[in-house]
Amino acid sequence: MSLADLTIAEAGKQLRSGQATSVDLLEAVIERASFTEAQLHCYLTIDHEGARKAAESADRELAAGTDRGPLHGIPLALKDNFCTRGMTTTCSSQILAGYVPPYDATVVSRLRSGGAVIVGKTNLDEFAMGSSTENSAFGPTRNPWDPERVPGGSSGGSAAAVAVGSALGGFGSDTGGSIRQPASLCGVVGFKPTYGLVSRYGLVAFASSLDQIGPLARNVGDALTLFEAVAGHDPLDSTSYPGPVPEMRSDLEAGPKGIRVGVVTELSGEGYEPAVSTAMAEMLNRLAADGAELVEVSLPTFELALSCYYLIAPAEASANLARFDGVRYGLRVDGETVEEMMARTRAEGFGPEVIRRILLGTYSLSAGYYDAFYGQANRLRTKLIREIAEVHERVDVLVSPTSPTVAFELGAKTQDPLAMYLSDVCTIPADLAGTPAISVPVGLDHQGLPIGLQVMAPALGEAVMFRMARAVEERAGFTARPAMAGLPT
Amino acid sequence: MPIEIDIAHVARLARLALTPDELDRYRSQLAVILDHAARVQAVDTTGLAPTAHPLGLSNVFRPDEVRPPLDVDEVLSQAPSARDGYFEVPPALEGA
Repeated sequence: MSLADLTIAEAGKQLRSGQATSVDLLEAVIERASFTEAQLHCYLTIDHEGARKAAESADRELAAGTDRGPLHGIPLALKDNFCTRGMTTTCSSQILAGYVPPYDATVVSRLRSGGAVIVGKTNLDEFAMGSSTENSAFGPTRNPWDPERVPGGSSGGSAAAVAVGSALGGFGSDTGGSIRQPASLCGVVGFKPTYGLVSRYGLVAFASSLDQIGPLARNVGDALTLFEAVAGHDPLDSTSYPGPVPEMRSDLEAGPKGIRVGVVTELSGEGYEPAVSTAMAEMLNRLAADGAELVEVSLPTFELALSCYYLIAPAEASANLARFDGVRYGLRVDGETVEEMMARTRAEGFGPEVIRRILLGTYSLSAGYYDAFYGQANRLRTKLIREIAEVHERVDVLVSPTSPTVAFELGAKTQDPLAMYLSDVCTIPADLAGTPAISVPVGLDHQGLPIGLQVMAPALGEAVMFRMARAVEERAGFTARPAMAGLPT
Repeated sequence: MPIEIDIAHVARLARLALTPDELDRYRSQLAVILDHAARVQAVDTTGLAPTAHPLGLSNVFRPDEVRPPLDVDEVLSQAPSARDGYFEVPPALEGA
């Protein structure tokens, strides 16, 4: 087995026992990338030189007795919407092609000070708008389980890299499901924390009231380790939660006994592939057999969550993306006046999905429509938050499929925006409510494509969410890895 | 009820120089999405305050401390056009 296939926990043990060095780990993931990148295109940038320096420094420090913790010397992949000082950050957009940020996102500086090795920056749907990583100005990422299919999105590059071993772990951002849905489609764990637990400082903003950074990993324990390294209050993000990060380790192995599991009626039925529904039902049976209490719950507002999201997210995006105007960074297309320059730059620099959402958001925020669209959607959001809080008086966690389908073929949904949006129907409620949610792989369908189960918990309920995720993982026993052509075994 | 969208006005507000064909295409796509979103408007939300922050945080301030700013040269190195320590743009006013 290659070092590229180790979990973070295993790699950490090998580093500390002297079986492997950080440079060895880095070389293993870069070697893996050299086999897989031509076909998969997980990365937009691989920072060979910077990563090598970081790995050498991590090795020197460990040898000298300085241990920065569980990510010390671990090669990680970061979505290319995290600002990295001195390393290109494009958001997969022509408007930011070649942009080199003058500062690090808080998440990046915390990872660096934790000794992590940043391998590079991964592909995404442009400005994180999409569910397939096809909306990238630099070409799509493909699914390691079947390169004719999408990896999901928008954090598809990080999910595919973790799945195939071109990083040991990674980070993405989740606005409507952009960590969990690609995790599900790529057979890895993806976690969106409670809104505010991870700083958004230096994350290129899409929809500020929804965006949250979180990890992608090969197992639940690694996801927790990655989260712990970056979580906690940041004075540079005014939406950052000022209280303590929940304690999540003591009950991690406590199992499902006594946990009240709400099965969400609205996230089932028509549109859900039979293999997805069956995998979830089988897992629920196993959890029940081991003492979990299953409760059918109805959250009627979930039916409206997608519509609500498509009013809120584009509205916030249209405001956030106003900053890309050809003045301070990125592309400029010349014009006679400053307005003409801006309008040409933006039309040239943004791709169709981004333009579509900017127009939608601009329309719904324009004079006379604000209250009917954005205002109303946020009142509905309050209704959803209350509904979830009421259900959590009866259940500890909620479960659903992460995605109604397994990975779909490239091009299958690109001509129909609404069909693409529907692939986030299960993940959007937790973004609107700001609650934590995780996707855990539970099996493969008859085509050998991964299926993910989503566990949601109340705000700041990460402890019970991780406990249930771990219970699911243990029962699923999911150890399959993509057998990609050319992948050395 | 079909939704009327003055797409050229919206594109102007968003500072997007789009062709007539593009405007037509986006108008019809927006109509479909907004039609789906119209379900939101049918919900009775009387008495509900809009959500601004899911955990309800408001009026958050950090200590007003002097911190080193970003390096001016590093920042301006990313600008399409800069001169004498400033960002440079075409005229903002007609006849300027």
